[in-house]
Order: sequence, then structure tokens, then C-alpha cells
Amino acid sequence: MKTTVLESLNQGLMAALKADATVHLLGEDILDPYGGAFKVTRGCSTAFPERVIPTPISEAGLTGVTAGMALRGLRPVLEIMFGDFTTLVADQLINHISKFRWMYNDSVTLPLVIRTPMGGRRGYGPTHSQSLEKLFMGVPGLTVLAPANFSIDTHSPGSLLENSILYTDSPVLFIENKMQYLQPLLTTEILSDFDVELRFDPSDSEEQFPIYCLRIKGAPPATVTISAYGFCGELARQAQSKLAFEEEIFSQLIIPTRLSPFALQPLMESVARTGKCLLVEEGTRSLGWGAEVAALLAETLGDKLKQVKRLAALETPVPAAVSLEKSMLPQQEDIEALLRKMSA
Amino acid sequence: MTLEEEYFRDMLRIRRFEETVLEEFKRGVFSGTTHTSIGQEADAVGVIRQLLPDDVILTNHRCHGHFLAYGGDMRALFAELMGRQTGICGGRGGSQHIHYKNLYSNGVQGGIVPIAVGMALAEKQKKSEAAVVVFIGDGTLGEGVIYEAFNMASLWSAPLLIVVENNHIAQTTPTEYALAGDIRMRFQAFGIPALELDTSNVMEIAGNTFQLMREVHEDYAPRALILNTQRFGPHSKGDDTRSEQVVALLKEKRDPITLMEKQLSSDSVSSIRAEVEQQVKTAFEIALADPVATMEGRP
Repeated sequence: MKTTVLESLNQGLMAALKADATVHLLGEDILDPYGGAFKVTRGCSTAFPERVIPTPISEAGLTGVTAGMALRGLRPVLEIMFGDFTTLVADQLINHISKFRWMYNDSVTLPLVIRTPMGGRRGYGPTHSQSLEKLFMGVPGLTVLAPANFSIDTHSPGSLLENSILYTDSPVLFIENKMQYLQPLLTTEILSDFDVELRFDPSDSEEQFPIYCLRIKGAPPATVTISAYGFCGELARQAQSKLAFEEEIFSQLIIPTRLSPFALQPLMESVARTGKCLLVEEGTRSLGWGAEVAALLAETLGDKLKQVKRLAALETPVPAAVSLEKSMLPQQEDIEALLRKMSA
Repeated sequence: MTLEEEYFRDMLRIRRFEETVLEEFKRGVFSGTTHTSIGQEADAVGVIRQLLPDDVILTNHRCHGHFLAYGGDMRALFAELMGRQTGICGGRGGSQHIHYKNLYSNGVQGGIVPIAVGMALAEKQKKSEAAVVVFIGDGTLGEGVIYEAFNMASLWSAPLLIVVENNHIAQTTPTEYALAGDIRMRFQAFGIPALELDTSNVMEIAGNTFQLMREVHEDYAPRALILNTQRFGPHSKGDDTRSEQVVALLKEKRDPITLMEKQLSSDSVSSIRAEVEQQVKTAFEIALADPVATMEGRP
């Protein structure tokens, strides 16, 4: 049996709870046997009953509670059942949690992690399918992470989560994607067609937040660069592989795990060579992650940037009907179509 | 110095600090905004003087009195309000966002209450025996998140004292325009025993708080203290819509400093007044001469 992203995240949580008695887990419906709406917390309450706290449906208040715990020396982890509900935690995240350290003149730390699943493709409709992480990117003092599907060296979705819980002293919003959960972890064996390089931003001296750079093994130089994160990173990898083998369109794919603050380095190097960049995200297109990365590339690369395209969700709520949802969210075929156009 | 004299001195320090702030604002020494608690000093001193050294305080936009009653340095508070490098938070926080020892404040209404619950739970988990006090006003009773917090505080037996300073006016809105029902019953609905006082007598507030804090510490459970009080100054700087006569009448009846002064000998009153005057003057002058805050070398 292959390990899934879900199992990896679960192992990361368990490892963090085991490693440090100050780690506390809070969330709605997280107790066994249910183990959380998406089962990421399964087994935690059985193994650590004292430190796994089932909560009322009070996302705003709960987020405040974790802030208080973090300010007084614990390492709380909070599960928000659906990423859509992060609107309810926005006041705590933006006006309290992300500000305390700086506005108190660096006299406090807030080691806390808020994990939540975003994303559609399950037919859950307008309020249970969104990708709202763009609302929290660019908030000073807040780190936004998204695990990738890889398990390479010591890095995996679970290790990203575990390290965030145990070693990051500033608040983290950890964005999972529901579609990633049941996907298998990608090891170097599985990725035998790929060269995968792990890069780290110079500001990430502990090498906590890998940036995965993928190209097809033995392929000629890439003519276009793709960047995507979370589940879209996996869609992009499938598209990259298909076009390489079937149409001889060669690209380099950059998958960051830290979305904010965003590290431009490996992406910029790649685009400096290819001149073209496709940015894929599942949130709506305007004023989002892709817009910011495109702006950074344009500012940094000047004339070397020949073309940049964004692929994202349409500017509507996420519909419930399967057919409508498919048209609204970026699909692998959409990535392929754009890659074809850009490499022409 | 007797306890009465100490409390009188502590209240007077808050009063003279804030009067100085309002006066000097007009002269441009301070910028931005500020919220004073003139008239409410007995709440700050009466409550905070009952805390044990490890206890934690969460406070709000109207936090100068709480900071000073907690033993915070007056010069550092002046400096913070003046945007000086030597301020409590180096000028980053200003009047409503300060952290000093176990005291934390924030300027957004309501959000500090669940944070206080989290802190109380953390202290309980660490078996530190510290308790938490959170100060809110009547206006904050309109924020929904506090009821989530009351529920969790009661559900999880958080060692927490919730103090409502009901000054009967939220910015310019009288409480009766904004508040339905009874404040005590809001706590009782969550199983949190609540005591309501209507006094400006600091000793009465002190005695009752002492008892409540003992219960919080011994029972590891939340309590609420509703303090009916009066604010004599504006919400912020010049935004008082009440008539001068109305405010004058409040002062005549409910000034905690005058009330306490009447119980002390005139000799001790005048010596305390002189001491506080000198403290405020010195703190102000030192802060004024302190270097202006700068971003240099600080990310």
C-alpha cells in the first residue's frame, strides 16, 4: 500500500504530539472514532487524550484560544474543518495573531498552526469548496504554507506540518487541498521519469520549506516554466509529463510550499532561462497568488520576461453541480492547452 | 503608607497621567489617538492590586490605567504614546497595543476575550496556578466572539476573571441604545457566576475582587465582575457629546479619587499629591527628550 498525503499529514501530527508535551490539538469533531471530518486527526485523541481537545463550533473564538495558548508557552494546532470558514477566523488572524509579535516590539512569540482544507472538485458547493488562501497571503507576520505531494529526502507533507508545529515560532496557516488527501505520496522511485531538485530560499536557513523543481529526465532545455502549489501542483505535473512524452513540449515545474512570504528565487532563475511562465492556482484569478508572482517576475526580470499567463478559477462562487464545477475550476487539460499555446 | 493611601496614590497617578495626555495632545506632543479612563481609576486599582505576581492581564483600548496599576513605568507609557524608542513597545503599538510582563492589550473589540481563555487554559495546563483577568467595556458586549469565549471558559473551567467596566457609554452611544436584557444574565446563561457592583469606592472593588480571585484560583473556574462606573472624559480626545452639566454631576457623585481623599488626612493627601505631581512631571520630561522611534536596523 502506498502512503497517501492524508496519512503523511496524520503521521506528522502524531509525531509532533509525541515529541513535545506542549503541543495541543483543537478542532471540531476531531475525537476518535470519527477522527475529524477528513480524518487527518484520526488516532490522535486515542494516543494523546489529554492534549486533543474537541471543541464547540466556534471558529473565531477557538482561534483566539489558540493565540492565548501560544502566547503563554504552548504549541497549539487548530483544525478548521473547511477552509471556507477561515473568514470566521480572519479577525483573530489579521488583527491579533499576526500582529502581536511585531507590535509588541518582538517581545512575544506565537508558535501556532492553523490547518485547514481548501478546494473543490467534490461537489460541496459555494461555501465548502473555495480556495480562500489568497485572502491571507501578504498579511505581515503570517506564514502561509501548502504541502506538496512529494516525499523526498526527509521532506513530506507530514514533515512540513511537524516542523511547523515544533520549530516555527511564528503563526502558520497550513493550507491543505481536499483532493490531495487520497493521492499517493510521490517518492523518487515513483518519479523515475523526473529530475526533482529541492531548493530552499536563503531566508529559510533551517531548510523547512522546500521548493520542488521538476523536469523530465534527459529532456532538452525547458521552453516554458510552470508554477503551481497544492493540488494544482499535481495537475501541473501530470500535464508536464503528458506534453513532454506525447508532444515534445518541455517545461520546468516549480512547486513552492511556502506561499507567503513568497520566495521568488528558483522560479525567477527558471523564467530567466525560458522567458515564459504559466501560473496555476485554484482560487479565483483576480488579485491572487498568480497576480503577485507575475508582478514580482515582471519587476525582477524586465525584458527577459516574454510571456506570463495565469490559469485560475473563474470569478464566480464554486458551483455545486459537477459539470459546472468542472468548467469553473482549472483542469489538467486547461494547463496542457495553455502550455501548447505558450510553447508555440 | 496605609493601603488606602497606596490605592489613593495609584488612582491619582492614573488620573494625572491621563489628564496630562489630554492636555498635551492639544499642544501636539502626542499624535494619533488615545482613550482615557478618567473616572474609572478605582476599577483598575481595585482589581489589579488583588492579583498575584504570576497572574495575567488582558486589556483593551482603554488600558493606561491597567498598565499603571500593574506597576508599569509611567515614562515608558508616555514614551510609547509619544512614539519614542524607549516606549513600552518601542513606539510600534502606541496607546492601545502594549505588552509588559504579563499584561497584554489590543485595540480591536472582543478578540482579547477568547485569547484570555486560551491563556487561562495554558496556565492551567502548565499547572502554574496563575489566573487571567480580562477587562472589557459595555460596548464590547455587542461583539459575538465573547460569547463563544464565555462558553469555552465555562465548559473547560478556565481560571479567568472577566471584568466588565460598564461606564454606560460606548464611544457616544448610551448603553440603553445598544444593550438588551441584563448583563449578569449573559454570564449566568453560561454558568459563570457574576457579581455586579455599582460603586466608585476602590476599597469595595478591592475586597470583592480579592474574594472572586480566590474563587478563580481555588475552583479553577471563571467568574465575572460587573463594575458600574463612570467615564468623565471623552471616548477618545474631543468626542464627548454629553453636556458639561451631565459630566459635572457624575464627577460630583462618582469621583473615586475625591471619595478616597475624604477618608485620608489632609497631610497625607497633600504629600501624596506632591509626590505624584513630581512623578508625572519627571516621567513626561524624560520621555519627551527620548529619541524618536526609527525603523533602522529593525525588520
